[in-house]
Amino acid sequence: MPISEFKPKIVAFCCNWCSYAGADLAGTNRLNYPADVKIIRVPCSCRVNPIFILRAFQRGADGVILCGCHPGDCHYTTGNYYTRRRMTLLFSMLDYLGIEKERTRVEWVSAAEGAKFAAVMQDFVKTVTELGENKRLEDRRCKKP
Amino acid sequence: MQKIGVFVCHCGTNIAGTVDVKAVAEALSHEPGVVFAADYPYMCSESGQNLIKDAIREHGLTGVVICSCSPRMHETTFRKAAASAGLNSYMVEIANIREQCSWIHKDMKTATEKAVILGRAAIAKVALNTPLTASETPVTKRALVIGGGIAGIQTALDIADAGFEVDIVEKEPTIGGKMAQIDKTFPTLDCAACILTPKMVDCAQNEKIHIYAYSEVESVKGFVGNFTVGIKKKARYVDETKCTGCGLCTEKCPMKKTPNLFNLGLDTRSAIYIPFAQAVPKVATIDADYCNMLKNGRCGVCSKVCTAGAIDYHQQDEHIEEKYGAIVVATGFNPIKLDNFDEYAYAQSPDVVTSLELERLMNAAGPNGGTLLRPSDKTHPHTIVFVQCVGSRDTSGCGKPYCSKICCMYTAKHAMLIRDKYPDTEVYVFYIDVRTPGKNFDEFYRRAVEEYGVHYIKGMVGKVMPQKNGKLLVRASDLLAGEQLKIEADMVVLAAAIEPDKTARSLATMLTASMDTNDFFTEAHPKLRPVESPTAGIFLSGVCQGPKDIPETVAQASAAAAKVIGLLVKDKLKSNPCIAHANETLCNGCSSCERVCPYGAITYVDKEFRMPDRTTKIRRVASVNAAVCQGCGACTVACPSGAMDLSGFSNQQIMAEVDAICR
Ligand SMILES: Cc1cc2nc3c(=O)[nH]c(=O)nc-3n(C[C@H](O)[C@H](O)[C@H](O)COP(=O)(O)OP(=O)(O)OC[C@H]3O[C@@H](n4cnc5c(N)ncnc54)[C@H](O)[C@@H]3O)c2cc1C
Ligand code: SF4
Ligand code: SF4
Ligand code: FES
Repeated sequence: MPISEFKPKIVAFCCNWCSYAGADLAGTNRLNYPADVKIIRVPCSCRVNPIFILRAFQRGADGVILCGCHPGDCHYTTGNYYTRRRMTLLFSMLDYLGIEKERTRVEWVSAAEGAKFAAVMQDFVKTVTELGENKRLEDRRCKKP
Repeated sequence: MQKIGVFVCHCGTNIAGTVDVKAVAEALSHEPGVVFAADYPYMCSESGQNLIKDAIREHGLTGVVICSCSPRMHETTFRKAAASAGLNSYMVEIANIREQCSWIHKDMKTATEKAVILGRAAIAKVALNTPLTASETPVTKRALVIGGGIAGIQTALDIADAGFEVDIVEKEPTIGGKMAQIDKTFPTLDCAACILTPKMVDCAQNEKIHIYAYSEVESVKGFVGNFTVGIKKKARYVDETKCTGCGLCTEKCPMKKTPNLFNLGLDTRSAIYIPFAQAVPKVATIDADYCNMLKNGRCGVCSKVCTAGAIDYHQQDEHIEEKYGAIVVATGFNPIKLDNFDEYAYAQSPDVVTSLELERLMNAAGPNGGTLLRPSDKTHPHTIVFVQCVGSRDTSGCGKPYCSKICCMYTAKHAMLIRDKYPDTEVYVFYIDVRTPGKNFDEFYRRAVEEYGVHYIKGMVGKVMPQKNGKLLVRASDLLAGEQLKIEADMVVLAAAIEPDKTARSLATMLTASMDTNDFFTEAHPKLRPVESPTAGIFLSGVCQGPKDIPETVAQASAAAAKVIGLLVKDKLKSNPCIAHANETLCNGCSSCERVCPYGAITYVDKEFRMPDRTTKIRRVASVNAAVCQGCGACTVACPSGAMDLSGFSNQQIMAEVDAICR
């Protein structure tokens, strides 16, 4: 498929308190970012189990991004510190399995950073689009005929 | 059997302008479990809600998906609607097709496709929702106000007026904040002390208000309605209960060279001090850095002269724990440090001052008894140059990107007061813009120009150079005339940008209240919930939330008090039912979850289990305290056995969303 036609599937996990609100603000300010990004709301970035990310890749996602509050600002005080540690491990493991590091990302976006949210998503989609489709973990049996 | 209803909102043209709502409803009607799908101009309107209620009753819906604006806007509205039609309010999910779809995409086809996928994810999730009921927790009917400036004072007075107990924690030895330091106040020019000190006295005398002065918040535990706060009362080496505030000690203390911080270091005071005559509480404090007795064990004069026997050189910090139902942050601001602005020679010349220093220099209780004199040689200044926006609206990184809002007005005030009292003094104001939106504000500024002959010059000051003759050479540009100017001034006054108090950041962390990039506290909604923090039970009052003048501060302070009162009158609060729970059969009691829980919500209980061979076995399993768990989900990921899960955001639900999005 030529790059220009390729539309990546991107799952974005956003914590309710900062990043989801940041995404809302991007919307309120009408800041455009590609429609390939679909957001899943979680209470805190630390709610994201590595299994969810593996599942996304298994189901054919081309990139997964996880957004939380800035370090020190987590609504639950320490949640994003767990996220940071867990994701560092998971992403290296995925890299080892052949899922390029660029397909996964953790970003801190506050409720006031609508512009940052849009910019991060534009950049992430661009990176993943350049990498092309991700087939490594995709389980074709999960696809509906 | 699932019976899911899907409701697609047009939001006028906000959604329908870019999303083909009919097509979305049609596409989603074929999703598994969906028995009803409709679209409507405004789902949140009464008739929109009735549509939902009727469909729930008519089709016996087991789950509802609303494709509309952000759940942060109307989740509660739709949950209430569902509940009133007999459906558990947690059987409602929202697909955010406005903020995260119609508003950011321009192309109808793209936006419609995305809206369908978002709707699909919400349907997949709602199919796995379980009915949840909020448990109830009692409310501690007492409020804490952090910061005793005019904001904190007003909030405390209003809460006390409604009959609730309030504590004020103030880090300085007295309440009053910046307003106690300023001289006259715009736009009416009444004296700040005359309107502030009666309020301070009211606080001291109100039996519902307790002031912890010279104290700091050390720790915050708990949640809305049930906070436990650790307060440190710093040692002031004076017994508050005995000191009568007579001030004899301050006269007799030999350490007279201590910088007077209340006068911003413009003069000196004794090591034992009362910040100003109307201080509340009016109790002396020893400055340990300058007291000879505390430093070297020699002196002891104050203890000899104090007839009340209040001096206690061995006093220690005291640690107190108190319970509160609500917390108000009112930590205010400070002018920024001017280290990055060498061009104005602030560090080189004592005659270059900040506006707040000028307030002290002009104040009858200030270093010169109210006569404006040059700090360097105590002579009368004939030419004064004001520089606006020092560090405000500065995107270079040296200052602050925002407008400090109050400087245009207080400079007009300063210029007017100086011209009024000293008509022979010429006053120049260099500005980028004059911003005076406020009741009677522009009239006030125009008076400065038209009646008082203040020279307003649109332009920038490039450099201030101290001269050998003691004057300050000001080089500036006049943008309108297109000229370079040189002015020989006696004094230069800098309208320094204001920033939140430096302690606010650590406080925000303790309170888990969010801040913006400039360290101002963030409000729950910029327009509709301006005095609440996104963290339940935390309220915002005054400049800690954003630059404002006294009238605005007081308005916000009373608004915050109203919100607190609204909370404290409740006997019980419904708590969030989206909390963790352990599957006891899977749990092996490993303690992984307990270690990550930031609230200590997890304990262990011994449970009896029937084994396959008909014997029983006692095992230690995790148990979540529903009143304490805040539902972050950290434990669910830490659990190696997959025993811990989160209601409302369960593993199954989130994976169903992932699947639906990737389909
Ligand atoms: C030079 C100048 C002139 C001004 N002139 C005018 C005027 O003429 N008219 C007008 O309307 N407005 C004027 N203002 C603005 C006015 O000062 C503010 O609007 C007002 O003081 C804001 O009150 P506040 O209570 O929010 O903050 P503050 O007055 O700053 O009070 C905050 C209080 O909280 C305390 N505190 C901070 N952190 C903590 C902590 N962690 N724990 C405990 N306590 C803490 C501080 O010690 C302080 O007492 C002027 C401002 C300046 C700088
Ligand atoms: S979800 Fe788990 S970790 Fe988070 S507060 Fe509740 S019990 Fe603690
Ligand atoms: S982490 Fe899981 S297995 Fe371990 S105690 Fe907690 S619930 Fe039980
Ligand atoms: S709540 Fe945003 S990362 Fe924890």
